[in-house]
Amino acid sequence: MKDKIRVASGQGFWGDLLTAPVDQVTKGPIDYMMMDYLAEVTMSIMQKQKMKDTTLGYAKDLVPLMEKILPTIVEKNIKVITNGGGVNPEACRDAIFKVAKKLGITGLKIGIVLGDNILGCLDELKQKGVDLKNMETGDSLDSVRQKIVSANVYFGARPIVEALKQGARLVITGRTTDTALTYAPMIHEFGWTWDDWNKLATGVVAGHILECGGQATGGNFSADWKSVPDLAHIGFPIAEAYPNGEIIITKHENAGGLVSVQTVSEQLLYEIGDPANYITPECIADFTTIRLEQVGKDRVKFSGVKGRPATNLYKVSMSYSDGYTAVGTLTYAWPDALEKAKAADQILRTRLADLGLQFDEIRTEFLGLNSCHGPIAEMPNVINEVVLRVGVRGHDYKAVERFGMEIAPLILTGPPAVTGFAGGRPKPSEVIAYWPALMQKDAVKAEVIVQEV
Amino acid sequence: MKLQLLQIAHARSGDKGDTGNVGLIARKPEYYPIIQKYVTTEVVKKHFEGICHGNVERFEMPNLYAINFLLHNSLGGGGTVSLKNDAQGKTLSSAMLRMVIEIDEKDSQQIKG
Repeated sequence: MKDKIRVASGQGFWGDLLTAPVDQVTKGPIDYMMMDYLAEVTMSIMQKQKMKDTTLGYAKDLVPLMEKILPTIVEKNIKVITNGGGVNPEACRDAIFKVAKKLGITGLKIGIVLGDNILGCLDELKQKGVDLKNMETGDSLDSVRQKIVSANVYFGARPIVEALKQGARLVITGRTTDTALTYAPMIHEFGWTWDDWNKLATGVVAGHILECGGQATGGNFSADWKSVPDLAHIGFPIAEAYPNGEIIITKHENAGGLVSVQTVSEQLLYEIGDPANYITPECIADFTTIRLEQVGKDRVKFSGVKGRPATNLYKVSMSYSDGYTAVGTLTYAWPDALEKAKAADQILRTRLADLGLQFDEIRTEFLGLNSCHGPIAEMPNVINEVVLRVGVRGHDYKAVERFGMEIAPLILTGPPAVTGFAGGRPKPSEVIAYWPALMQKDAVKAEVIVQEV
Repeated sequence: MKLQLLQIAHARSGDKGDTGNVGLIARKPEYYPIIQKYVTTEVVKKHFEGICHGNVERFEMPNLYAINFLLHNSLGGGGTVSLKNDAQGKTLSSAMLRMVIEIDEKDSQQIKG
C-alpha cells in the first residue's frame, strides 16, 4: 500500500481554466487528477449535441487536453478520473484512443462507466414502478414527460474503483457525483471498506473541497482577496491523503493562490444544504464534525469527519425544455442616467404590449446600480451611467424573438445619451428546467468497461 | 454599537435550483458567538426582503465558526429559467455582509478586545 496519495483537482466545471490540468501534472508530484465537467444544465447541452451527432455528447475540451498531457501522465504514472464523458463516455474514450494512437502511446487502459443515462428507459422504469416524481414539488413526471431532454442517475465511487481495479489509467464516467472523483482513488489505494463511514465521509469532504478547482485556493475569496498571491497563475487544490484517513489540502509550491483555513472554509460552505446531512451514494457525511488546522504554508489539515450509512436511493437529475428567454441591454449615461433607463424600460414595455406579445415574465434590472443586491444596495449620489437590462421568458418563440427586435430601436426613438448595442439583436435561447428525483438503487446498474489501446 | 457583518465575517454563496445558499463565517473564533446571537433566521429574512420570497433555513456549524443559510425562492426560478443577472446567487454572499447589526455593550467589548 502507498503511504500517501496526492489527488489533484484539474477542472471545476466545463469552461474552467484550461491551463490548470496541465499545471497540475507538470508543476509537482501527483498520483491522481480529478476533473469535474458536469453541472445540471451541462447534461442537457451534451444530450442535444449527441442527438445531432452520435459521436458527440461529452466534454470536447478533454481531447486536446489529453493530447497535451497524455505523454506526461504516462511517464509520471498519473491516473485521471473525470465525469467529462457526459452522455457519451464511449465516444469520449474513442476520441482519446485516437489521440493516444497518434502520439504512439501503447498499453494505455481506459475505463468507462455506463448505465447512468436512463433517458432511453424512462417508460420501462415507470412500468417497474419507479415514479421519478419531482423530489422538491412532488409533481408527477407525467406533467413534463414529453419535454424531457436528459435523465441521469448520480453514481458514486464504486464503478470508478472497479475500473481502477481493472487497471484503467483514465476513468471516464457520465453523471457521477463530483465528490466521488476524488475519493474513489483513496478507497482503491488504501482499501477503505464500504462500511467505514468515517473514512468515506472524510473522502467526501476532500471531494467537496476539490470539486470547484481554484475556489479552494484563493479564487472568489471573500475574506481577503487582495492577499492572494499571483491569481494569474493560481494553483488548483491537491488533497494529500493518508491511509488512516488524514487529509491535507495543499497546492503546488511554485503556483499562485493561497490555501488557508479561511479559503478552505469558504469552499466547505459552498452550495451545501443541511451540513449534518451531506448525502452521497456511499455515505452521509456530517460537515459539522470537520476540524480544520493550518499545518504549514498552504497546507490545511482536516480531521474528525463523521459519516453514517448511505440511503438506498440514488439521486436522479433530469432536465426538460420549458420555453425561451432573451435578454437585451443598453447603456445610459449622465445626466439623469437612471431616470432615462427607467423611461426606456417603460417605452419598451408599452411597445411590447401594443404588439400584443405575451410573456411569462419580463424582468428589468439596472446593472451598475443594484442588479446584484436589489433593495439592499445603497443609492449613490451621482449615477454616471447605468446599464438597462431587460429579459423576457415565454413559451411563444416568435414573441421572444420579436422582443429582441425592439431593443435597438430605443437608441434612436428613446431617451438620449444611450449606447452599448454592439452585439446585434438578442436571440431566443431555450430554457432548460431542472427536475430532481430519487430512485431505488437496485432499479439501475452501473456498467464498467476497461479497454486497452 | 452598530456593526456591519463585513467587519467580523466573510461569506460565500451559490445556488441549488431556486434556493440560494449563503455560508457566513466568522473572521475570528471569538466573533462566532456574536454572529450566532444576532444573525437569526428572522433578521436574515428581513434583510433579504424583496430578494428572498420563500423561507429562510439556518444551520449552525460551530466547528467552522460558521452558519449556513438557505434562502428559498430567491433566484427568479434558478438555472436557465431565471432572468436575473445573478441567477446563481453568487453575490448573495456580499449582500449578506452589508447587514448592519446593533450589538449590546458586553458584546462590543468582545469586538474591541
